[in-house]
Amino acid sequence: MLDLPWRFIAILLANGLLVGSMYALVALGFVLIYKATDAINFAQGEFVMFAGFLAAGATHLAGFPWWISALLAVLGMVVFAFGLERVVLRPLLGRPIIAVIMATLGLGFVLRGVATLAFGGGTQTIPLPVGDEPVLLGPLILPPIQLVGAGVSLAFLCGFGWFFLKSRIGVAMRAVADSQQVAMAMGINVRRYFALAWALAGVVSALGGVLWGAMLGVDNQLALVGLKVFPVMILGGLDSILGAVVGGLIVGVVESLSAGFLDPLVGGGTKDFIPYLLMIAVLMVRPEGIFGRRRIERV
Amino acid sequence: MLALNNIEVVYDNAILVLRGVSLAAKAGQITALLGANGAGKTTTLKAISGLLHSERGEVTKGSVEFAGERLDRLPPHQVVERGIVQVFEGRRVFANLTVAENLTAGAHTRRDRGTVKDSIDRIFEMFPALAERHNQAAGYLSGGEQQMLVIGRALMSNPKMVLLDEPSLGLAPQLIEEIFAVIRRLKEERHLTVLLVEQNATLALTIADHGYVMENGRIVLEGPAAALQQNSDIKEFYLGLNEAGARKSYREVKHYRRRKRWLG
Ligand SMILES: Nc1ncnc2c1ncn2[C@@H]1O[C@H](COP(=O)(O)OP(=O)(O)OP(=O)(O)O)[C@@H](O)[C@H]1O
Ligand SMILES: [Mg+2]
Repeated sequence: MLDLPWRFIAILLANGLLVGSMYALVALGFVLIYKATDAINFAQGEFVMFAGFLAAGATHLAGFPWWISALLAVLGMVVFAFGLERVVLRPLLGRPIIAVIMATLGLGFVLRGVATLAFGGGTQTIPLPVGDEPVLLGPLILPPIQLVGAGVSLAFLCGFGWFFLKSRIGVAMRAVADSQQVAMAMGINVRRYFALAWALAGVVSALGGVLWGAMLGVDNQLALVGLKVFPVMILGGLDSILGAVVGGLIVGVVESLSAGFLDPLVGGGTKDFIPYLLMIAVLMVRPEGIFGRRRIERV
Repeated sequence: MLALNNIEVVYDNAILVLRGVSLAAKAGQITALLGANGAGKTTTLKAISGLLHSERGEVTKGSVEFAGERLDRLPPHQVVERGIVQVFEGRRVFANLTVAENLTAGAHTRRDRGTVKDSIDRIFEMFPALAERHNQAAGYLSGGEQQMLVIGRALMSNPKMVLLDEPSLGLAPQLIEEIFAVIRRLKEERHLTVLLVEQNATLALTIADHGYVMENGRIVLEGPAAALQQNSDIKEFYLGLNEAGARKSYREVKHYRRRKRWLG
């Protein structure tokens, strides 16, 4: 046996996996949009932040209990994403992809500004009924909020995975992702599926916003969660949902290990860029990601 | 059953492609639409199915009528709901979906969801080769199997009428025969109405009841299939030219499409 701090490693791994499944949830929003509409939503992180503000606002300004606040955040984000698709993105349909990228990038900044104007610059809390006492599980010490976050994320990811693979609507979503024109010819109302993809991205962002917001507090910084989406996506493969999950777990673990081992050596900060380093390395060896499809070239 | 009345189609508000096309397809019959590359055959089908809209094309004059109702303003999914489905040229399967999922997607507009499974089984009886591969990604099927799949997928919507765009394209003679036998059977057993676009006139006229010949966006010849087979112009321009299937390789290139992806 090597003389490694096994218990420390186990704790870091567990932490990484828990946080990673919450990254996967946020990344799912991004993949959904990309798969269904070919658009890249650079405002995914701001969606999460905005949902966090909605939930915090409903709790503190209106005094709703946590579960009504969470529900309002989900509804609010669905309506928001729906409207966004209709008003901003639909006219961009068929335009060069850069137009959509710029539009979502701009939207991200608008959301940050509006959220600060509406809710103020301070950090707000989302008080979920989750205790502070760490849960002891064998050698592991786990923060309960992370357990809840990971549990909700994985449950949602599994449920959605089933829906996407097995249901009639899921098959139609994948048909649209495969070829919009052929899907249209089969009688699938493609626009409706675009709207559905955005609405689902809204749901995912709301769940992410409540969970991450409860863990980190709600302020502008919450949008930074969205930055993790890129290494997650590239590692997993841009158009793969299983990839989003695996990518999320990998990024969570890598981050956790670098925070535990590298940060003390160099004085901190490595966990923020090591996932990106990994992303660049993966792009060089396997540009389609771990689970991304190499295009089926026969046809 | 289906009637095009003097339709004009313009792409991009500027390119006039159909210059007054009139044709009729009778219920329960196979109507062939023949013509060379670029004549406007596919555009005619898209004018019927409503898919022109997705290519910035528009019916600017005339009307498309089906069972007494105008189709030319309807979006594609409503045309499918009315009972007309288009099968694209070039075997456009959903490459990443399995064979069975392709068929399920074809049944999207159906309200009788409980019987979709039975319909899939019937397609598998019609095309046993597909049954063996039901769980395989459609992108990996052979060309012939893909052609069977796109026809089967179109039938999943329980259509009254199918618009078939060059089903013989790039297939070996034996496979073409098999596909054409299925088309004939669909007409005889299910009374399906078919509008069959082909460059291979010889072949198309053997199963068609009626035929139209198109050139440069206009119908230039029309008649019962038997009469067209005897027509000397057709013999010279289409029958002679196409027997060797000489265009096959060129057309393969033309229909090789790449879907753009953000990353490689
Ligand atoms: N989306 C489009 N925009 C502009 N022009 C188009 C478009 N689609 C087709 N055309 C033009 O319309 C004409 C007719 O094309 P169409 O595809 O209908 O011909 P076709 O008879 O089906 O030919 P083929 O046998 O090669 O498939 C061609 O000159 C083509 O360049
Ligand atoms: Mg054509």
